[in-house]
Amino acid sequence: MASLRTQFEVPGKMKTWSYALMGAGLVALLYGMFTKGFSADEHEQVHFWGTLMYNSIFWTLICNASMFFISVTTLAHAGFTQTFRRIPEAISTMVPIFGTITFAVLMYIILGHKHHIYHWLDAEAVAADPILKGKAGFLNPTFFVIWTTLTIALWSFLGWRIRKLNEEADQAPMDQTLAASFIKRGTVRTAMFTVWFGLTVGSTIPWLWMMSIDAHWYSTMYSWYTFVSSFVAGISLIALWLIYLKNKGYLELTGQEHLHDIGKFMFAFSIFWTYLWFSQYMLIWYANIPEETVYFKHRVQGPYKGIFFFNLIVNFLCPLLILMKRAAKRNYTLVTFMAVLIIFGHWIDFYQMVMGSLMKEHVELGWLDFGILAFFVGIMILFVGKALSKKPLIAKYHPYLKESIIHQV
Amino acid sequence: MAKKKFVVGCFDDEAVLFPAVKKVRTAGYKIHDVYTPFAVHGLDHAMGLRETSLHTAGFIYGITGTTTALSCISWIFTRDWPLNIGGKPHFALPAWVPITFELTVLFAAVGMVLTFCYLCQLAPFVKKHHFHPRATDDYFVMVIECTDKTNIEDLKAFLTNQGALETNFQVAEEGWWLGRYDKDEMPFENADIVVA
Repeated sequence: MASLRTQFEVPGKMKTWSYALMGAGLVALLYGMFTKGFSADEHEQVHFWGTLMYNSIFWTLICNASMFFISVTTLAHAGFTQTFRRIPEAISTMVPIFGTITFAVLMYIILGHKHHIYHWLDAEAVAADPILKGKAGFLNPTFFVIWTTLTIALWSFLGWRIRKLNEEADQAPMDQTLAASFIKRGTVRTAMFTVWFGLTVGSTIPWLWMMSIDAHWYSTMYSWYTFVSSFVAGISLIALWLIYLKNKGYLELTGQEHLHDIGKFMFAFSIFWTYLWFSQYMLIWYANIPEETVYFKHRVQGPYKGIFFFNLIVNFLCPLLILMKRAAKRNYTLVTFMAVLIIFGHWIDFYQMVMGSLMKEHVELGWLDFGILAFFVGIMILFVGKALSKKPLIAKYHPYLKESIIHQV
Repeated sequence: MAKKKFVVGCFDDEAVLFPAVKKVRTAGYKIHDVYTPFAVHGLDHAMGLRETSLHTAGFIYGITGTTTALSCISWIFTRDWPLNIGGKPHFALPAWVPITFELTVLFAAVGMVLTFCYLCQLAPFVKKHHFHPRATDDYFVMVIECTDKTNIEDLKAFLTNQGALETNFQVAEEGWWLGRYDKDEMPFENADIVVA
């Protein structure tokens, strides 16, 4: 394997692009912060902090989805990921970085007492409200701060341990016993991550971070919905990096067979997202109870109508019809197009989940949203590129590597 | 259906089978089929089979199911027998989605299974010629269709050279016919042998 290009070098063009995106984003961020974030008008404040919040949560969750992808494939003893596993690993190094940004934004909202974003921060309103009083055991600043800190810290730490373990596969060939123990330790570490992931992304974190904006409303589907949204976007992000590296002449051992499997993930989880979207929508539509329909009122009949149904077209109809054929999932151009579309679609999904509750009266999707998006994309490109260049692109002594090389769908 | 002449070669190893398939094809012989005890990855490519159209058929069955469900329910609930259910509009699309989905899956699944059975010529009360009983156990059985120019002894020797453990010559009906596996009737015994 001496002839393989396993050392990624960050191209100058990529650096230029990431700095340009970050620069443009930073201008938008700072301008927004001073004109809106620190303005006396509460509406402007909510607009700025809400935008920053959904962007940082979105990027943290989709980068964390990479680690979940590694974990589930490791737990399932799936071999096919080995030739490109360093990509999800590199993407998951973003969790501490984006996690810190999310943490800072959330702490500003909580400690700065922004009760226009989280209504339950208003102690007087909670005392006078039997519903919020009943939820106070869960929805209170102390629990929020502790649980958020613990969540981000453990995502980062457990993910770091999984990446650390895989470095052993770079060093020396393994004999049978060593390989067996390597796989066993990998299983234990990824299992720990998966359990913590289930406790956070699968249930509590979306409730705390996003659903509690509508403090009176709740949906038991919400966390699953958020998780799938971030997971399918995370898989698309892996696909984009894979195709980028492939275009640059790296990843010689990864090919259409691997792309096909990633395409299947994108296809299947788009359908699963729709399943949850519809389950949440239909039950509330059918029961037609005002306490529940309040969430959909301004989304289906109000100003968010366009975005709400655009969401369904981009995230369901397009993947369903375009990615259905086998040839489409094996086509680099089509998968690139669909990956960009899916990431954008789920970003819009997060937009309507957060901003749809914060600014019910009108849609202000504009320079601030796209500016902050550019800022996060720039950070992502810069740091994932750096992380990729730090390790060989293939862990060449991994016991499952051969299975991945001869992988065939 | 037609009776044809076949030369059969049995292999017991995939690693021998693949090069043999390639050699047989380059030598210009027509492979009728390769019968294997389990699905062998890549064998379809090696044999040069075209991609199956089963999934296209599945898509069409699914669309048929969707159309059936939506047209049927909407006709019943808006034209034929409109009912007020919980104050919902007569054209209550969200409520129909689960049933539409179920019918789509049902049509696609049943349609594809039946199509698959038809393509493989599998059905109750029909019979097909088996070229070698061990094809269901441990043998990879390659069946080559003979033409009038085929030298059978040469072909057998050729297969043995490629690693076939057992070779033989058979005249057999290639399609399916109504019959039972527990009864030995020969409905095509006097049929003409068709040679390509």
